[in-house]
Amino acid sequence: MISHKTASSSGRSAKKSKRSGRRSPLATVSLIVVGLLTTGGAYALFTSTATADTNTASSTSQSQVNEGKKLFAANCATCHGMAASGSSAGPSLIGVGSAAVDFQVGTGRMPLAADGPQAEQKPVQFTNSQTQAMAAYIASLGTGPSEPASKYLKADGNAAKGAELFRINCAMCHNVAGAGGALTEGKFAPSLKGVSSKHIYEAMLTGPQNMPVFNDLNIKPQEKADIITYLKYLEKNPSPGGFQLGDLGPVSEGLFIWIFGLGAIVAVTVWLTARSN
Amino acid sequence: MADHDDEAPATGSAVEKSEPQKISAGTAVIPTDPFENPGEPPHRLRITDKDPAEEKKAARQVSTLFFLSIIFSCLAVAAYIAFPIKEGDTGSIRLNNLFLGLGIALGLLSIGIGAVHWSKTLMPAQEITEMRHLTKGSDATRAKAAEVFELGNKESGFGRRSLIRNSLIGAMVAFVLPGVVIFRDLGPKVDPNVVLRHTLWKKGMHLTIDPTGTRIKASDVTLGSAFHVIPESLLKSDDLLEEKAKAAVLLMRLNPDDLHEPKGRENWQYNGIVAYSKICTHVGCPVALYEQQTHHLLCPCHQSTFDVTENCKVIFGPASRPLPQLPITVDADGYLVAQSDFHEPVGPSFWERDR
Repeated sequence: MISHKTASSSGRSAKKSKRSGRRSPLATVSLIVVGLLTTGGAYALFTSTATADTNTASSTSQSQVNEGKKLFAANCATCHGMAASGSSAGPSLIGVGSAAVDFQVGTGRMPLAADGPQAEQKPVQFTNSQTQAMAAYIASLGTGPSEPASKYLKADGNAAKGAELFRINCAMCHNVAGAGGALTEGKFAPSLKGVSSKHIYEAMLTGPQNMPVFNDLNIKPQEKADIITYLKYLEKNPSPGGFQLGDLGPVSEGLFIWIFGLGAIVAVTVWLTARSN
Repeated sequence: MADHDDEAPATGSAVEKSEPQKISAGTAVIPTDPFENPGEPPHRLRITDKDPAEEKKAARQVSTLFFLSIIFSCLAVAAYIAFPIKEGDTGSIRLNNLFLGLGIALGLLSIGIGAVHWSKTLMPAQEITEMRHLTKGSDATRAKAAEVFELGNKESGFGRRSLIRNSLIGAMVAFVLPGVVIFRDLGPKVDPNVVLRHTLWKKGMHLTIDPTGTRIKASDVTLGSAFHVIPESLLKSDDLLEEKAKAAVLLMRLNPDDLHEPKGRENWQYNGIVAYSKICTHVGCPVALYEQQTHHLLCPCHQSTFDVTENCKVIFGPASRPLPQLPITVDADGYLVAQSDFHEPVGPSFWERDR
């Protein structure tokens, strides 16, 4: 039985060697691919170690960029293109800077769930280090606004000055109390309550989606810090006027008084004129 | 009316004679059984009328409400003392106002509810009918009034002395004339065409950032940016708010390829940087909701939407004219300056606008 088996297997191997003797036409191609990958990989390894050696002081390491590149290829490249140069489905990301990535991914707006009037906030999909890796990769493609220094994010600036700047530059869309508001065709300016200082700063700096850009020459870093101070002041201090009703102004206040105020008057009138039992 | 005079009806007993109507029926259906006055419903006794225990209970309820009112008023005073307004603490104002107001409101409400409850449950509840009175006075009164009037005319000579009468009428008419003439003050003090047609902008005026008044370098206005702009001389102006209301400008940078400038206005922009009046041409709200991807400018008051790429023409809403454009260029140092004032009045229409 055993001999029979070996005989049959040897017969098969004989057939195989007969075929390889003629050499497949794909062999050359595969050999070239293998050769290129090995040399290219080795080259990449050498250069990356070289840059890592020179850039030890920099916060973004080459390994972080590589990690970001992988994450980008897996999660973002469908719309933004493999080289992040954009496609018909998404804009080019070359030169948008790490601040834009940290804002869009860090608030859960990207990756986009569905095409709509605007990218809406969702639960954040990446860890902080993954976001930083992608930010490092995008920043390596071209210079752009980078993430703000932490000294501007402490909300310890001048709230009154920040309020004036907010009224001039932001309140028309975001509402004077930062409660948000409607724009055209289903777009809206989101509420700024509970948004982290860093994300507020980055939004001003990069102008995500339809928000205009307020670069550091328009609103200076310290002025941005003042605006953040004002918004954080609003969050921490109760409204002296009582119920805020969403801070939406005449819409919610009018609705409240029409339903509850008028309702109470109607109820009292019915009670006054009803016969006692 | 005249044939009722001889009856001289007593007050409260006016009765109109009811005669069968003699109007041609035409195609109308005249019911044979006219609606009859059903009279008043039978008097129904309340539970407090029937049951002395319920009456006592209601009386207790009313007095309890009045006592509650006393308690609430005292609580309002106590809250005023317990939650003082502290300087610089807005939260303390809120607490103070809330509890003081609640105490006073509930105190007054308890009095009101108690009074209504009292009248509804304990005071007499008989239905009564009050007939309407004639508005006309009795004939005797009317004759007396006419007599007094005649006597007045006779003694004063108002009907006879026509010179006195006519000069008095003239004096009365002239007396109200000053009141009519001062209505002129409601109109514009100066020609609106002078005030509304011109703003602080003029040739060479620097564009500066609101509110600091910093000059703007053209290179600082990056793609997608929006700057809120005031003329440089505004901060030194005497009537700052009035001038700002006319001269406020929104500065935006678009891709120059996106701009479709009409003939003769191609050089009003600088490398894709355009400046438009921020005052809506509808009723003058500040239009500053700029969407940097769609290039739409939205007015928050009535949703007028302007397309910046098409020279701010109206694409939605009640505004009837595009926003006026401010022609801009750069000076020798690269700072943005105005080429001239606006070429048309900013803001909403006014009667004298097309004159």
